[in-house]
Amino acid sequence: MPDTFEPKIVAFFCNWCTYLAADLAGTSRMKYAPNIRVIRLMCSGRVDPQFIFDAFAKGADGVLLGGCHPGDCHYQEGNYKTLRRFHLLKRVLADMGIEEERFRLEWISAAEGDKVRSVVNDMVEKVRALGPRMPTLPQPMHAREVAVS
Amino acid sequence: MSGKPKVAFYWCASCGGCEEAVVDLHEAVLDVVAAVDIVFWPVALDFKRSDVAAMADGSITACFLNGAIRTSEQEEMAELMRRKSQVLIAFGSCSHTGGIPGLANLYNRESILQSSYGNALSTVNPEGTRPQEQTKVPEGTVVLPHFGPSVKTLAQTVDVDYYLPGCPPPVKLIVGAVTALLEGKLPPKGSVLAPNMALCDECPRKDTKPDKLLLKEFKRPHQVLIDAEKCLLEQGLLCLGPATRSGCGAACMSGNMPCTGCLGPTDGVKDYGAKVLSALASIGEANEEPQAAALMQGIVDPSGTFYRYSLPASLLHRRVGGNGGAKS
Repeated sequence: MPDTFEPKIVAFFCNWCTYLAADLAGTSRMKYAPNIRVIRLMCSGRVDPQFIFDAFAKGADGVLLGGCHPGDCHYQEGNYKTLRRFHLLKRVLADMGIEEERFRLEWISAAEGDKVRSVVNDMVEKVRALGPRMPTLPQPMHAREVAVS
Repeated sequence: MSGKPKVAFYWCASCGGCEEAVVDLHEAVLDVVAAVDIVFWPVALDFKRSDVAAMADGSITACFLNGAIRTSEQEEMAELMRRKSQVLIAFGSCSHTGGIPGLANLYNRESILQSSYGNALSTVNPEGTRPQEQTKVPEGTVVLPHFGPSVKTLAQTVDVDYYLPGCPPPVKLIVGAVTALLEGKLPPKGSVLAPNMALCDECPRKDTKPDKLLLKEFKRPHQVLIDAEKCLLEQGLLCLGPATRSGCGAACMSGNMPCTGCLGPTDGVKDYGAKVLSALASIGEANEEPQAAALMQGIVDPSGTFYRYSLPASLLHRRVGGNGGAKS
């Protein structure tokens, strides 16, 4: 049912810039596509690549990372780490058959509420055009490793 | 038969190196043989599958099973060994996390068959003959196992009690596991039978690692003359030690080569490759574009490097859809 497909996009926004921008978009009564689920983290550098793989493994149609502009990171260099990870993640995701439009990194400052709106709307449309992700093969898991001390 | 504990070895999708590791016990193998009865070991002893099938369920004390699982035959054998054994130990990287055969999950089934029986430069097959699961010959019908859609770990196939990691598992860990088994001192079910510390901890080069690693460039081993004493990461080589479990005695580093991650992650990590990716990206010294992109381009094959031994065990498990497996 492609005509009723609503993409689910997981957005990881940093506490100091992009989350505040999303907040600004809200208080400014801007309207944008309701397809993102925002998860607030202290820094885009806190986004463990496992979070991104986990989101896709659990059925996200897209993942959006939002952080402070270069030079503006509250923790000096968290967003630089994110940028370098992003370059590797793009290539690994491509190898897993995940189209590049499904994974996006944007620098959005606390003043850029309108950028949140335009980025989200643009991403939702691109992911909608791609359609749902092909489901990952069922993976029977009889036993998982458990943590031992 | 004596009252000694019964032990079995079996292999699925693997190279035989794990069997070699058992032989590498050298004289200690005599102690093992004295303490246990080996009831099944196709690579070394002439017991058949029917011999195992005839045993009572749970009559084998422990089975060490190496290799990943892809074919129906491997699945059946994993299920058989599970049923007959009290303790099932995933032996080696392939069984533990998917191993080298697991890299086949970067390609879909059809493109693997196309490459093996069609496009490969060394293949001459004008009629496009493919192996069939059933073939009629004058003597009757001969069968081949089904080639499954995906490579799986042992734990994705049957219930597993313990994991002995490594490619192959280091002798010290094998001896430790067998001793614990014989003395009845095995840790809780699900444990990886190796130390839960990162490899850097036991690396002889540890003291040469600077407090803050900053790399301007990633290099491959053939591009540099490797200093035999300095931290390999500091030399720009992709050493996966920071994200890899210890227990091998830093064997590769002692041989002047970087760690490729065969012992897999420490406890609590869900996706080994994600952790390696994170660690390596963190120590790059390029903060803005286009330098950051250029620096990370120095890692030639990210998926193959980060998931060399663990793609089937990763969160995404395999490639799905797309063009079937053209590399980025």
